[in-house]
Amino acid sequence: MSYSDKVIDHYNNPRNVGSMDKKDSAVGTGLVGAPECGDVMKLQIKVNPQTNIIEDAKFKTFGCGSAIASSSLATEWVKGKTIDEALAIKNTEIVKELALPPVKIHCSVLAEDAIRAAIGDWKKKQESTKPAELQAAQ
Amino acid sequence: MSTNTATPISQNSEQHKAPNGIKLPIYMDNHATTAMDPRVLEEMLPYFMEKFGNSASRNHPFGWVAEEAVELSRERIAKLIGATAKEIIFTSGATESDNLAIKGVAEMYREKGNHIITAVTEHKAVLDTCKHLEKYGFRVTYLPVQKDGLVDLDDLKRAIDDKTILVTIMAANNEIGVLQPVAEIGKLCRERGVIFHTDAVQAIGKVPIDVNKMNIDVASITAHKLYGPKGAGALYVRRKNPRVQIVPLIDGGGHERGMRSGTLNVPGIAGLGKACALAQEEMPQESRKLAGLRDRLKDSIMSRLDEVYINGSVEYRLPGNLNISFAYVEGESLLMGINDIAVSSGSACTSATLEPSYVLKALGTGDDLAHSSIRFGIGRFNTEAEVDYVADRVVETVARLRELSPLYEMAKEGVDLKSVKWAAEAH
Repeated sequence: MSYSDKVIDHYNNPRNVGSMDKKDSAVGTGLVGAPECGDVMKLQIKVNPQTNIIEDAKFKTFGCGSAIASSSLATEWVKGKTIDEALAIKNTEIVKELALPPVKIHCSVLAEDAIRAAIGDWKKKQESTKPAELQAAQ
Repeated sequence: MSTNTATPISQNSEQHKAPNGIKLPIYMDNHATTAMDPRVLEEMLPYFMEKFGNSASRNHPFGWVAEEAVELSRERIAKLIGATAKEIIFTSGATESDNLAIKGVAEMYREKGNHIITAVTEHKAVLDTCKHLEKYGFRVTYLPVQKDGLVDLDDLKRAIDDKTILVTIMAANNEIGVLQPVAEIGKLCRERGVIFHTDAVQAIGKVPIDVNKMNIDVASITAHKLYGPKGAGALYVRRKNPRVQIVPLIDGGGHERGMRSGTLNVPGIAGLGKACALAQEEMPQESRKLAGLRDRLKDSIMSRLDEVYINGSVEYRLPGNLNISFAYVEGESLLMGINDIAVSSGSACTSATLEPSYVLKALGTGDDLAHSSIRFGIGRFNTEAEVDYVADRVVETVARLRELSPLYEMAKEGVDLKSVKWAAEAH
């Protein structure tokens, strides 16, 4: 298996590795994949509630080099984007950017899933925390 | 386009300073193939040019010289496994030998029965051949293996019935290096009057194999796992007590007593013979050396990393084999991190099928750990300094990848990974 230079670069110097507090209401966590399948991605975003802009993103990935690169790239791309802009990221763009071969396309799909899952988690939190905040305000 | 450039295997070598005397990349994949021993090459060289004759040419010296080389090789191979020269048939390699053994016996003894017994951890050359025969009315029992990779002799005993004509079980496994109880299997087969074939390609020259002491009737041999050339193999076929007959796969000029037609690959055969002669002489010292290096690698890795698991029996194992799973780290990403070292992984990502190693699955190793496995195959030309370098690189890369692994983080937080409901349970 040969890797593109970009995959190798992300593998050797992964961007935004780490974890944020899952319980923080501004943080959305996406955990996708399964160990039996050989890929698990955890992608977290921190969103500014005023602007809906993703101010920070972190990831950890169990998977092959292409999976690591796909999630590393995903964190780079979502940072600075609004929620809606981040939701528009397509796996095919990741495939193109990293020059993933056909057998590795599932890695990009998983990265897209991870973005969606993190955003979904954040949205859910906003719905459940809003009433509480309103109550507190009253 | 620069992004599509394939990475030369040595690209990362510069990032890692190799200690003095080590040449990168390091080859530690000796179950896939072995480097040629220069002494083997030396033996072969004359048969490409000045001694180019066809060993089947009976009426001139060119043929006689070639035939002499072939017969010397036959004797050397036979000697290594306790056989006689006439019991050795030359083939193109292990896959052909396995095919010839299994299909050849099946067709010859069809009248006697249609049942074949093998094991789930066999090489594909055996499994796929058995599957092929199933399409032609043969019944095949695929024995499971125990947690340590060994076949349970009671399972085998129970599987043999009055229609069983052949048991085919490998001597040493190519992935986990586990040694099957060949002598016990042979004894059982002999008692029940069943032909016993063993794919011995990983075992021959590494551990003692004696066809008479072990009651082996048919055995597959190949040169390139034994510091010889690719494309040269042999099949041992017992000639007496009992005499085993096989139907050829390849018809033609009647070479190899009709069992394998085709002009012989004289240089390859000379190389195979020399490889066997060297193994005969050096096996005792070499297996001690390899086991020592293997244990050094194992201890060096396991003393520095937690949650590392050896796949397959430690006791019944090829001296040069170490197959281990590094929990929470995916095998292919580990290979990528140690790309100045040639080893292989049971991870799905290294295969086209996206399925992890069927051998590891057969041991009951979970898919997650199968994805995390690395096979180290230490061989004749590996050194202590290389082993130390490999251990350091593996430890450092596993530690780095675990820092990157959400599974490792979860495990450290006390999450039971088995209880997690994963978002994607299927591909």
